[in-house]
Amino acid sequence: MVKVAQISCGTEYSGIQWLFNEVAARVGIELVYPEMELSKVKEACREVGLEVESPSLNMMIARAVSMLDDPTVKGALLLTCFKCAEGTIVKDTVRRFLQERTDLPIISYSNVEKPKEKEIYSRLEALQTLISRKSLLMREKQEGTTVGVDSGSSTTKAVVMRDDEIVGRGWLPTTDPLKSADAAVQAALKEAGISVSNAKSEVEAVGVTGHGRELVGEHLNADLSLEEVSVVSKGAALLSGRHKGDATVIDIGGMNNKLILMRDGIANTFNLGGICGGSSGRFLEVTSHRLDVDISELGKLAMKSESEGRAKKGKGEKFELQSYCMVFGIQSLVVALASGVKREDVAAAACRSVAEQVYENQIQEMEIRPPVIFVGGVSLVEGVKREFEDLLGVEILVPPNSQHAGAVGIATIVSGV
Amino acid sequence: MKVLVYPPNSLILSDLVERSGHKAVVLMKEIGEHVRDAEIDAPPLNVTEKDLKRALRYVSVEEPAGLKGRVGLLAPLLEQAEAAVILSDAPPTFGCMGCAVADEFFKFLIRKRGIPTLEVRYKNKCGEGEGERFEESVAEIMAFLERLPRDEKEGNEREGKDEKGEE
Repeated sequence: MVKVAQISCGTEYSGIQWLFNEVAARVGIELVYPEMELSKVKEACREVGLEVESPSLNMMIARAVSMLDDPTVKGALLLTCFKCAEGTIVKDTVRRFLQERTDLPIISYSNVEKPKEKEIYSRLEALQTLISRKSLLMREKQEGTTVGVDSGSSTTKAVVMRDDEIVGRGWLPTTDPLKSADAAVQAALKEAGISVSNAKSEVEAVGVTGHGRELVGEHLNADLSLEEVSVVSKGAALLSGRHKGDATVIDIGGMNNKLILMRDGIANTFNLGGICGGSSGRFLEVTSHRLDVDISELGKLAMKSESEGRAKKGKGEKFELQSYCMVFGIQSLVVALASGVKREDVAAAACRSVAEQVYENQIQEMEIRPPVIFVGGVSLVEGVKREFEDLLGVEILVPPNSQHAGAVGIATIVSGV
Repeated sequence: MKVLVYPPNSLILSDLVERSGHKAVVLMKEIGEHVRDAEIDAPPLNVTEKDLKRALRYVSVEEPAGLKGRVGLLAPLLEQAEAAVILSDAPPTFGCMGCAVADEFFKFLIRKRGIPTLEVRYKNKCGEGEGERFEESVAEIMAFLERLPRDEKEGNEREGKDEKGEE
């Protein structure tokens, strides 16, 4: 069990503390509440530089200060209520304060009265991995021959790596997770020049990540199965060659997205999406279907609109979808097409919709630490990359094989097992 | 009378109410009932979805979960109160609900009920020396409580206890 400090303003009143305790115990985390004296609350607030009206939030600040004196605490979970303005300010300030003083992994979560168990599980599991597997995650080079499989909700990716090079790749839609994993691995082995019959002798280790990791891991008799946050960030660091210093990873997959802040190639803060499918690759798939264009061409189509927009800068306004919602956004798209808006403008609006939603729901809750590395299937849609660059005002780096970040990450990590 | 105190978990205020021969309506009893309820398994406070839904009688669904939980716990107190004593500006150690918004809103709900209510400040009138002149506030509270009509049954119970105590 690893000790994680729960720094919150009263989750017990939301009636969900039992769920946090239960899930934490399941992933091997003991949630502890840093001790602090009531008489020290004001002093702690002065140290952090923020004091608010709510006593519990001031106590939250004091607990964060107190946590720094406890060497047995290996991570922090910051919790305030969703939609609490004062709580959000404190949570963000505390996170920045802790990040200045420590390298411990920190996660923030906004609790609601009916949280999804899966959401809490995936966050705490990632936190546990970052704490307990730190030495493994420090690996900067893949060695020998290994296979990495990323069993995603939308697509399954597999890579064969040999001495830090990708020598085989497989990428196909996830239908039956086991069959898709088998097919992706076979495609990767074929490209690597390894026959299935020789795979056992030639492949030294197999690692699995993604939503289907438990099922697929057991099926492939994998040597290591890890959650996506730590793996994708490692993959992004490897693919972009950014092993030192700070970096930000944006990962948008078929059905979910992640924002990860990294230090020296290891995630130390992250924010997971999953509230709305409108900020996922699925939204772009539906858009491309309505525009009768292959998903691989959607980005190019969107870029065409942007170049036109730049040419007549100041003359016209960009077309915007009226909603981020998969249903209402697409409805807005259909209405726009019917009213004569060009297909490329609609494609650009869809890309902007995804980027804006990720920005509003995730990026603005954290901060951007350049360089920004964009991975996951959606990173291949140029229009989305361009919209992120416009929104954030920084250059976005899309490394080669960005859609394989998870598979590359786990293939590298498993080579050290 | 049933006198609601605010902060709702203030031992000092509830003691003053009891001393005056009234029944203190306090959060400890509500939480005590929750915690002792063997049917509920939602530690540490056993706040459940039912409590949060009860809060919807008073707050919008958009309010944060923790605020709903607090108001849900406080709602039964509010509904049974016949009088109230609200102490403002007290330090958290005096008793509090932790959330400033829940605090403000609950005080508003008490005022809106139209029951006899006394509002006193913990700090003295000059705003200096927190609690140093609290005896003035205590005197004010006691005078208010004395003016409230006593429930005959409660009064008799109280007198019985005093007599027993003196014995």
